[in-house]
Amino acid sequence: MNVKKRLLDAPRMHRAIRRMAIEIVERNRGIDDLIVVGIRSRGVPIGERIAKEISEMERAPVPFGILDITLYRDDLTTIAPQPVVKPTKLPEPIDDKIVVLVDDVLYTGRTIRAALDALIDFGRPKAVMLAVLIDRGHRELPIHADVIGKTVPTDADEVIKVKMAELDGEDEVLIMEK
Amino acid sequence: MRTPSSSLRSKDLLGIEPLTPEEITLILDTAEGFKEVSERPVKKVPALRGQLVINLFMEASTRTRVSFEIAEKRLSADTLNFTASGSAVEKGETLIDTAENLMAMHPDMIVIRHKYPGSPKMLADRLPASVINAGDGAHEHPTQALLDAFTIRERLGRLQGVNISIIGDIAHSRVVRSNIHLLTKMKANVTLAAPPTLMPVEIEKTGVRVVHSLDEAVEGADVVMMLRIQLERQGKLSFPSLREYYNTFGLTLERLRRAKEGVVVMHPGPMNRGVEIASDVADGPYSVILEQVTNGVAVRMAVLYLLAGGHLAE
Repeated sequence: MNVKKRLLDAPRMHRAIRRMAIEIVERNRGIDDLIVVGIRSRGVPIGERIAKEISEMERAPVPFGILDITLYRDDLTTIAPQPVVKPTKLPEPIDDKIVVLVDDVLYTGRTIRAALDALIDFGRPKAVMLAVLIDRGHRELPIHADVIGKTVPTDADEVIKVKMAELDGEDEVLIMEK
Repeated sequence: MRTPSSSLRSKDLLGIEPLTPEEITLILDTAEGFKEVSERPVKKVPALRGQLVINLFMEASTRTRVSFEIAEKRLSADTLNFTASGSAVEKGETLIDTAENLMAMHPDMIVIRHKYPGSPKMLADRLPASVINAGDGAHEHPTQALLDAFTIRERLGRLQGVNISIIGDIAHSRVVRSNIHLLTKMKANVTLAAPPTLMPVEIEKTGVRVVHSLDEAVEGADVVMMLRIQLERQGKLSFPSLREYYNTFGLTLERLRRAKEGVVVMHPGPMNRGVEIASDVADGPYSVILEQVTNGVAVRMAVLYLLAGGHLAE
């Protein structure tokens, strides 16, 4: 796969994440009942950074959790081999909380469908909002993001590669051609 | 991206012997992810929705059968329980006929326990469904060894280099066979102790150390695994009396002192209290016997999940 274009470098990613944090606080008029939940795997470092930005901005801790959606995928029996299952870790009950789901790329919407099903099994949140670093279009389900780092029109044969320092050693977002 | 160790090679789990260390690690790692499911408010995930699992238990079992059934239900599979009593087996139907009739109902997986070694393989070779061995005679009981390994790894953080002593009815135990395969593959040090009448000849060839007293086995052990005296599998008693067995091979608090500090005491159950293990050891702080039961569900969920999915193309 060839790199077609670099969409974000480290400083621009940092600014995008900070802006997402501000937007989340603004939309909720504060951080009461807020809990940030990252979807494995790239949603985890992005969610962690958003939670950290919000905590610094509001000078109060924001709970952060991790959601593994493997067991809720709609393609489990058709993909081979299956992705490795890892635990979901939520710091507190999500009943009556405002859950901010965080993922790296919003594409078909199927991951978010699975994430909503997984989340609902843990309780009944007051509201769920979706924050993604990149929205690349091509939805296959009626799902939209509330907070977006960058909207990128793409072709179906392109691949968005998000690299996070915590997992990949560096921060950048690339658009690749198959 | 996808390495061979991210799936199992076979459609079946017939024993530990055919598994590679990478496959064992994959099952244990996957079970870690599943342990959390049993602690949720809604203890269920949709992973095996629409799949039919038949539990074919042709031999008495409570723990294993219940554990498999809970694992199947937590994965949202449909389950059907089939036991020898009250079925066509009592009318003289052969195992293969029973299995082929069940197969006509299109199950995706069959969990089988049978008194004859090799019966799971006989089914696996003939049926397209995945077959999981839940204990076949004195041959293997793979999910028990996997849950034992999971428990040891959870407690001690590793398997490699851990000193594990297995004491008791070695001769009649399928648990010990599966455990020897698993623990030696994972480079743990295994010591066996039993009265000579309950120790298979030449078992040293499997790479284990054999001693003839409980004290020798317990000395310096990180893990002491006690085995049940399987009275139902012995024609006549292999030792003078149960009381004498307890006096020579029963694990007591006093004798446990020779082990390493923080020793882990295990038992696959069901226990004969006062025969192979004293009550104050079984209920004591070193015992992980009930943790083993909890972990059994997570390990069986992992096995069902991994077998249900796709397989690496050959």
